[in-house]
Amino acid sequence: MRTILEINKLSMDFGGLRALDNFDLKMNEGEIVALIGPNGAGKTTLFNCATGIYAPSGGDIFLSPEPDRKIRINSLKPNIITGKGMIRTFQNIRLFPNMTVLENVMIGRHCRTSSGILGAILRNDSTRKEESGIVDHSYKILEKIGLNHFVSELARNLPYGAQKKLEIARALATEPFLLLLDEPAAGLNARETKELDTLIAQIRDEEKISILLIEHDMKLVMSISDRIVVMDYGRKIAEGPPDEIRINPVVIKAYLGEEFVA
Amino acid sequence: MLNVSEMKKSLLVSIWFMFLTFPIMVIRVNPIEKIVEWRWGNMFLVGIGSFILSFIWRYFIRQKESGLKKVEMGEKIIPFFEKLRSGDSIYLRSLCMTLSCAAAVFPFVFSTYQTTIMTTVLMYVVLGLGLNIVVGLAGLLDLGYVAFYAVGAYSYALLNYHFGLGFWTVLPLGAVLGAFFGILLGFPVLRLRGDYLAIVTLGFGEIIRLVLENWNEFSFGPSGIANIPRPSFLGIQFSLQQATVYQYFLTIGLALCTIFVVNRLQDSRIGRAWIALREDETACQAMGVDKVRTKLRAFALGATWAGMVGVMFAAKTTFINPASFTFIESALILSIVVLGGMGSVPGVVIGACILILLPEYLRAFTEFRMLLFGAILVLMMVFRPQGIISNVRRTYELKGVPGRTLRD
Ligand SMILES: Nc1ncnc2c1ncn2[C@@H]1O[C@H](COP(=O)(O)OP(=O)(O)O)[C@@H](O)[C@H]1O
Ligand SMILES: [Mg+2]
Repeated sequence: MRTILEINKLSMDFGGLRALDNFDLKMNEGEIVALIGPNGAGKTTLFNCATGIYAPSGGDIFLSPEPDRKIRINSLKPNIITGKGMIRTFQNIRLFPNMTVLENVMIGRHCRTSSGILGAILRNDSTRKEESGIVDHSYKILEKIGLNHFVSELARNLPYGAQKKLEIARALATEPFLLLLDEPAAGLNARETKELDTLIAQIRDEEKISILLIEHDMKLVMSISDRIVVMDYGRKIAEGPPDEIRINPVVIKAYLGEEFVA
Repeated sequence: MLNVSEMKKSLLVSIWFMFLTFPIMVIRVNPIEKIVEWRWGNMFLVGIGSFILSFIWRYFIRQKESGLKKVEMGEKIIPFFEKLRSGDSIYLRSLCMTLSCAAAVFPFVFSTYQTTIMTTVLMYVVLGLGLNIVVGLAGLLDLGYVAFYAVGAYSYALLNYHFGLGFWTVLPLGAVLGAFFGILLGFPVLRLRGDYLAIVTLGFGEIIRLVLENWNEFSFGPSGIANIPRPSFLGIQFSLQQATVYQYFLTIGLALCTIFVVNRLQDSRIGRAWIALREDETACQAMGVDKVRTKLRAFALGATWAGMVGVMFAAKTTFINPASFTFIESALILSIVVLGGMGSVPGVVIGACILILLPEYLRAFTEFRMLLFGAILVLMMVFRPQGIISNVRRTYELKGVPGRTLRD
């Protein structure tokens, strides 16, 4: 198994608050890893550091898009990191509300296309080809995710569940090899959560995208993940396959609670 | 409708207005005869006027609210302009035909004075479209836009004065210089958003004006530069009237060119990136859009048009000084964009017509011009915050389903 993401002794301070404290994490190709922990444990902060939105106070983050290539991405800008193939979704939905569903996904294609000002004005052959390629690719993704009947709707008019899906669709449009999902099931009903479960498995199996997932829905986490990492106060307190984590006394004490075991 | 509580509300409003306007409408000090006139009749008029207006005001507010309710209940209210756009394109085409015919014969039917006014309107259309890129599309509130206009005007005036360069040589140079200054402003404000950005750009505009005003050796200071040549055509020199007509058509050409380019930019990869940046900067960057490059492109492409219009302005008036490039000018251009509808090309055109033509034809009310201006903007913000013509997102055609757009 090849390591595609390696986080070493990552720390992040907000004034006096240490949101990440020497945190280590490794992701292998094709894995679904779940990151769990109580609110305020630093899970979202980890995503923000990894995707270049925050500059970590210490430690290293390495990304390996291909075998024998390892890039340190600590101080890179978010758009560069996206270009390297790691993309995230947001815990509190951050779509482009006044753009259509299709356009939201088309923005994801930005980093994989290149036409510039002259191309836009002259609309020459190559620009037109690229543009229709963007539309087709984006539409295919929407079809796969099951949002194709919403294409021309403004993103802000979508129901909550569809907005969550659209975030994933937009992320997939960037052709990542690693997808970071921040609480994708939060606020979804049972049926939608089930669909999400299938979707995540499908993304991994068909698109060959590895997934790092922050989630509080334990049923989803236990059923889908190959490995679970548990965080508390910015530190890793446990790591292992679901069956081990389920019965780990430290995890039960810090996060799962006694009733989960029963 | 005419019940007691309504009457009470209106009565309160009218008393409040009588009180507010008391010092200016009622008291008049006559310093020559050293007496104070009390014009109680005016107070009476203000009272009656505001009493009636408050009824009308509340009527429209209620209309608006019931309209909103209808929308919530799922009824679709299609505004006039959208009907025009989405319905039979015959209407749209015939409207365009009529407009272009009218524009073509205008200078031959109306006086030189009218033609000059129309030229001014067209210049503001171009300025509005340029600022629309920065404010409407990319969402960067730029209050110093007039600086680029000044850059264009002064580059023609100075390059002509020192090196004898002609209009046609300087026009592209003005565009390039405008873009250059756009980037120059863009760099320091890359990290700023919202109010902070507005303040810094405002400062930038003032800096350029103050430099022009005070650096006498360079710009000839407040006395300005005179005798700037009008545009020539293949070396032919025109009479004043001919030159006016020629300028009019040149400006139409520039306006059409701007509309064409802005439309194309809007529907391109770059245009989408601008809009995404406006909608959510962090998400936009996280989705792979280069924030720095996208912002600089917006500033540069917005300023380009101001630079070109600046050159045209200098050639039209044949005299420029810093007084033409004050903050009020920036505010006017911004109002055109906001009034017309942020991000909407036809909106900006209509906005420019209203805000430039109204003051021209309401010269009789010169004293109340600013008042009227303010009132229009306040009314817009209350009743139609999205502008006269709101920007409608385009729909895309898909391969395999030819002729069918995705909206239905
Ligand atoms: N931008 C910030 N500024 C200051 N404190 C922050 C910031 N972002 C997160 N924090 C703090 O860091 C801690 C971890 O937050 P977060 O990563 O959002 O937790 P969660 O695990 O629930 O996603 C919290 O105590 C939070 O208040
Ligand atoms: Mg979180």
